[in-house]
Amino acid sequence: MSKATSFSTIKGDGPNYITLLVGLGTLILMGLGAAYYMEHNGHHVTGMNNQIVWGVPHVFAIFLIVAASGALNVASIASVFGRTEYKPLARMSGLLALTLLAGGLTVLLLDLGRPDRLIIAMTMYNFKSIFAWNIILYSGFFVIVGLYLWTMMQRSMVKYTKMAGLAAFIWRLVLTSGTGSIFGFLVARQGYDATIMAPMFIIMSFSFGLAVFLLVVMSTCNGTGRELGDETLYRLKNLLGVFVAAVMYFVTVKHLGNLYAAEHSGVEQFILFKGGIITTLFWGGQILVGGILPLILLYGSGTGKSRSAIATAAVLVILGGFAQIYVIIIGGQAYPLEIFPGYDVTGGAFFDGKVGEYTPTLAEFLLGFGGVGVTFMLTAVALKFLPFFPDSLASGEESSD
Amino acid sequence: MINADLNRRDFLQKATTATVAVATGVVLYQTGGTANAATRADATKRWGLLIDTNGCDAGCDACVGACKDENGWEGSGNPTTDPSWIRKVNLKDKRTGATKSLPVMCQHCENPPCVDVCPTTASFKRPDGIVLVDRHACIGCRYCIMACPYGARSFVHEPTKNQKPHMPRGMGTVESCTLCTHRIDEGRLPACVEACSTKGNAVMTFGDLNDKNSDISTQLAKHVTQRLRDDLGLEPGVLYGGL
Repeated sequence: MSKATSFSTIKGDGPNYITLLVGLGTLILMGLGAAYYMEHNGHHVTGMNNQIVWGVPHVFAIFLIVAASGALNVASIASVFGRTEYKPLARMSGLLALTLLAGGLTVLLLDLGRPDRLIIAMTMYNFKSIFAWNIILYSGFFVIVGLYLWTMMQRSMVKYTKMAGLAAFIWRLVLTSGTGSIFGFLVARQGYDATIMAPMFIIMSFSFGLAVFLLVVMSTCNGTGRELGDETLYRLKNLLGVFVAAVMYFVTVKHLGNLYAAEHSGVEQFILFKGGIITTLFWGGQILVGGILPLILLYGSGTGKSRSAIATAAVLVILGGFAQIYVIIIGGQAYPLEIFPGYDVTGGAFFDGKVGEYTPTLAEFLLGFGGVGVTFMLTAVALKFLPFFPDSLASGEESSD
Repeated sequence: MINADLNRRDFLQKATTATVAVATGVVLYQTGGTANAATRADATKRWGLLIDTNGCDAGCDACVGACKDENGWEGSGNPTTDPSWIRKVNLKDKRTGATKSLPVMCQHCENPPCVDVCPTTASFKRPDGIVLVDRHACIGCRYCIMACPYGARSFVHEPTKNQKPHMPRGMGTVESCTLCTHRIDEGRLPACVEACSTKGNAVMTFGDLNDKNSDISTQLAKHVTQRLRDDLGLEPGVLYGGL
């Protein structure tokens, strides 16, 4: 027997909630301080340089943006594919999609050389630029997911939920294709220039977004004393396992494809074997921590039904996701440009032919964590003022609307 | 009622004046930047450079020094973050061991990827083929640096000093070789070409690729030359001989 799901705001007046807000506020303030420090002194105070122009802030920003699109997954499954068992979580899914995107864009904006020129980015568009398309896609995402949430939360609008859900689903597929294409369209660099980047980013978004969503749902239930039934939890964790495996499949295809083409063998040797920290992060971070270990934890006979093991698996997926994006962004830039095929570069004033060096600084991490702070501060505050979260996620609870 | 009418008329007058003033400012601002640079450029021309690597000496960097002096981009001793508008690169043939030296700068592509990827149109190509950055519109996203196959662009990481009046620079924006537009527009040669002919081995030829009778076109008709990463189809305006 299923019954209508009831939603309510969280109380948000206990010491744990206040501590959470203070902690997140501190993260945001430190992020803003780091941004000011970087903008005031110039980017030479960071580890970024003229070879590695995109660094740790971009790793955070792209992770959050990719995860934003994936966090919408649960809502899409409910609205677009008609799986009512996911409906109680659909509002939360939409909310987290918005807050993750806000956090990611905050980091991206504050890392610009001239963040004060935001108005130029909003008004002067080069429609041939995938980057400019992304600005439109991100803005549209806020509007469409906002409307989608409205149709879910306003009783008179519920009849439009399926339509809004479909629009949001299509939009987010395009959005993540656009994010992947930021790299896929870069023909100049051996590490990018691959159209598989677009679908790979989509599947990465499914995995990272669901991992974040799972942890937020578990911790919200813990913090508010609301029940999280086994059935709901196992359904989500099984889905996460499928996505983790799918990411590994895409990664395998991408690297095998590159290894097959002689012109890409250099960059593959670099990423897979000779890239130092990049190679370590690929095998240790992306493959082991982000792929193999979560799969063992999620499907292992001794761990698959353990809540702590499931939470650990989600944390590992997130850590592995950061490693994967680090390998893509930093590794792709660190491998030298192939400007002179057939020649060895014996001397160059601009590090020609040399692997780019990059040592991230504290300020870059603080800016990145500032974006994480923005995401969860917005989430926590929204949960207090609007009924996003169901009163119970116990097994058998389903939405009738 | 009369007062209300007067006030309304007064308000409309002031609002109109303010609108005209703002609009004029916007127009002046726009024409002072990209539009001005574009209108000076002659669309019938396609400026190009020919570099004869056979004569380029690995020990000579007259072109680099001249560019720094002309455009005021001397670094502060931090090689990873210092700007680079032009650099010398030394090469060794992997099969034969033969060595080469050549300057590399913005290749002023016919189909520039930096212009394609720039979200704000700050990267643009003049009608005469020179690729520039409008520093008023650059937001410092560095996507053009990611997209350039030649490593020709750099980001201004530190506060600028010793700026030249004809070449404003700004921290937090991207910059690269302008082919000395300020000199070309006055009918002079780019600083690197001039220095190469007076202090170096005179291996750089500048001219109009569209003019069949220009010195550069005559030489290009005689000798086999190569464009860097010709496989990418970017049609650079910089050509190399002897590579």
